[in-house]
Amino acid sequence: MKLVITDLHVTVETEDGPKEILKGVTLTINEGETHAIMGPNGSGKSTLAYSIAGHPKYTITGGSVTLGDQDVLAMSVDERARAGLFLAMQYPVEVPGVSVSNFLRTAKTAIDGEAPKLRTWVKDVNAALQQLNLDPTFGTRNVNEGFSGGEKKRHEIAQLELLDPQVAVLDETDSGLDIDALKVVSEGVNRFRAREGKGVLLITHYTRILRYIEPDFVHVFVDGKVAESGGKELADALEANGYDKYLNPASA
Amino acid sequence: MTVTESVRSALEQDKVESHLNPVGSFDVADHPVPTGREEIWRFTPLKRLKGLHADAEFMPSATSCTWNTPAGVHIEGVSGEEARTLRGISGLVPNTRHAARILAEVPATLLIDVPADTEVSEPVVVDLHGEDVAVTEAGHVAMRFGAHSKAIVVLNHTGSSTVAAVVEIVVGDGADVTVVSIQDWADDAVHLAHHQALVGRDATYKHAAISFGGDLVRMDANVTYDGPGGSAELLGLYFADAGQHIEHRIFADHNAPHTKSNAIYKGALQGDKAHTVWVGNVLIRKVAEGIETYEENRNLVLTDGCRADSIPNLEIETGEIEGAGHASATARFDDEQLFYLQSRGISEKEAQRLVVHGFFNDLIRKVGVPSIEERLLSTVEAELAKNVLKELF
Ligand SMILES: Nc1ncnc2c1ncn2[C@@H]1O[C@H](COP(=O)(O)OP(=O)(O)OP(=O)(O)O)[C@@H](O)[C@H]1O
Ligand SMILES: [Mg+2]
Repeated sequence: MKLVITDLHVTVETEDGPKEILKGVTLTINEGETHAIMGPNGSGKSTLAYSIAGHPKYTITGGSVTLGDQDVLAMSVDERARAGLFLAMQYPVEVPGVSVSNFLRTAKTAIDGEAPKLRTWVKDVNAALQQLNLDPTFGTRNVNEGFSGGEKKRHEIAQLELLDPQVAVLDETDSGLDIDALKVVSEGVNRFRAREGKGVLLITHYTRILRYIEPDFVHVFVDGKVAESGGKELADALEANGYDKYLNPASA
Repeated sequence: MTVTESVRSALEQDKVESHLNPVGSFDVADHPVPTGREEIWRFTPLKRLKGLHADAEFMPSATSCTWNTPAGVHIEGVSGEEARTLRGISGLVPNTRHAARILAEVPATLLIDVPADTEVSEPVVVDLHGEDVAVTEAGHVAMRFGAHSKAIVVLNHTGSSTVAAVVEIVVGDGADVTVVSIQDWADDAVHLAHHQALVGRDATYKHAAISFGGDLVRMDANVTYDGPGGSAELLGLYFADAGQHIEHRIFADHNAPHTKSNAIYKGALQGDKAHTVWVGNVLIRKVAEGIETYEENRNLVLTDGCRADSIPNLEIETGEIEGAGHASATARFDDEQLFYLQSRGISEKEAQRLVVHGFFNDLIRKVGVPSIEERLLSTVEAELAKNVLKELF
C-alpha cells in the first residue's frame, strides 16, 4: 500500500499558544520503497512520525495522509495500526506489569482480528527474539521496563517483524546502538523490506545506518519540511558537508 | 497525566515526641466517642459507620463463619475465660473506643492455632458471609502461630454485614506467616477492622488487605515486633467504585532493632465519589537501630469525580538505620502508555485494561497465594467491566 503525505501542517500546544512544527510536508512512499529522512535535531522528524501514527499531542492543521485509499488522519491510533501502519519509536514507552509476550500476543490479535495459532505463534516469537539477539526469557519481562537502549530498539524491530505492517516508520532506530546492535537491527529491517510491497520511512540523524539499509530515496528535512530530495548520493553529500548548507543558506 | 510523586529519603523528621504511640487503654471509658476531628478519624465518614465507632449495640451475629481445617491447624470458637485470655495477646492496648469495646464486650473469639514447628500445607480459609446488614455486630479473632511454624490464613468477607472486628496475630520466633483479608462485600456492607500483629524474633510476616466491595471499609493493619530480626510485608490492593469509601491505614512500629517493614498499597478508583484513603505510619523508635523500612502507595484514577488521599508518615527517633523511604503517587492513565499500546493496534479500552492489570499484577504475585491469584485477577477484571470497559461487554 502506498503512503501519501500531502502538504501536511502540524502544530503543538505551547505555553504561548500553538506552534507550527510541520510546515507543509509532501512525500509519497510507493510499495517496496525505502525513503530515508535526514535532518538536524529539532527539525520536526519525530513530529512527522508521531503525526502519521496519530499521537494526541499533535494537531493537524492542514494537508492529508492516505494509506492506499484510506484517509489516515480520520482514523484513531489503533485503527491506523490495524490499517497497516507501524511506528518504531525513538523513545519506546515502559508499560509496568505487562509482559512482552502478553503485549505481543494482544497486539497480534488486534491487528489480525483473531488470536494467532498458539503453536506457530510461540515459535514465531522465539525466532523473532532470537534473530534480534534477545534472550528467550525476554518475553517474561515487562514491556520496556529496565530495557537497555539497545534492547528497546531491538524490541521495536521484533514487533515490526511479527506484526508485519504495510508501511513502517522508523524514528531514529539507529540512535544509541553500538555497531553490532546496529547490524542486528538493520538485518531485521532488511528482512522486513524483503517482504512483498513493504514501504519504509527511515528517520535518522546520521548516515551510519544507511550503510546497512540502502534507501531508494533520501530527503533532507529542515525546519518542518523537505528541503531537498534525491537518491542515496544525497546521503553521501550530507556525510561530507553536514546540514550547514540548509541551516545557513547564506554561507553555502 | 497528573502525577504527584514524593520519594524522600529518611531523616526528614527528627522529632522527639511521637503522636503515633499514644498510651492506650483497655477501659472503654478512657475512649470518648470520636467526633471526626481526630487525626485518626478525619477521613472516615463517621455517619456511615452506623455507630460502630461509637456505641452501636453489638448484636448476636448475622454473619456466618465457616472454615476448612488443614492438618496441623486447630480452629475453634471459644468463649468465657478462655476468650478473655486471648484479648490483647498481640500486645494490643486499644487506641480506639471500638477496639476497647470489642476486647471488653464481645463474648467469643475465633481462635486459630498453629503449633510450633508445624508447616500447614494449604491455606486456612475462613469464610465470613454477612446475612443482614441491619445487624450491627463485632468480632474478635486470635491467630497464634508457634515458633518456626509456617501457614497462610485467608479471611474471606462476602455478603452484607455491619461489623467491627479486631484480629490479633501472634507470629512466633522464626515463623513464616501470611494473613490475607479479602473484603469482597456486597455494596451495602460496613466493615471497621483493626488487625494487630506481633512479629517474633527473625519471623517473617506478610499481611495483605484486599478491598473491593462494601459501602465503607476501613482497615488498620498494625505491626509491632517481639524481638530483633523480624520482617513484615504489608500489602494492599483496593478498587473503589462510585460512592465507596475504602480506607487503609498501616502502622509499622519499629520497637526492636534490625527489623524490617515493607509496605506496598495499590488502588484504583472509578465512578462518582469513589474515595480511597491510605495512611502509612512508620515509627522508628530509639532502640530500633539497623532497621529498614519502605512504604509505597500508588493510586490509579480511572474516571472523573474520584478522590484518593495518600499520606505517608515516617517518624524517626534514631539515626542508626539501614534505610527508610516512602513513595506516594496518584495518577490518571498515562497517555504515552496508552498511545504506545494503541500504536500496536490495541484498542483504547483494551489498552486501558492492560495498563490496569499491569498496575496490579506485580502486587497480586507478591501476595503469593496461588489459590487466590486467579480470583483476584478476575475480580479486577469484573471491576473494570463496571466502568472503564463497559462498552467492551
Ligand atoms: N510541547 C512543545 N512545546 C514547544 N516546542 C515543542 C513542543 N514539542 C515539540 N516542540 C518542538 O518541535 C520541534 C520538533 O521536534 P521533533 O522532536 O519533531 O524534532 P526531531 O527532528 O525529531 O529532533 P531529534 O533529532 O532531536 O529527534 C523542536 O524544535 C521541539 O522543540
Ligand atoms: Mg526525533
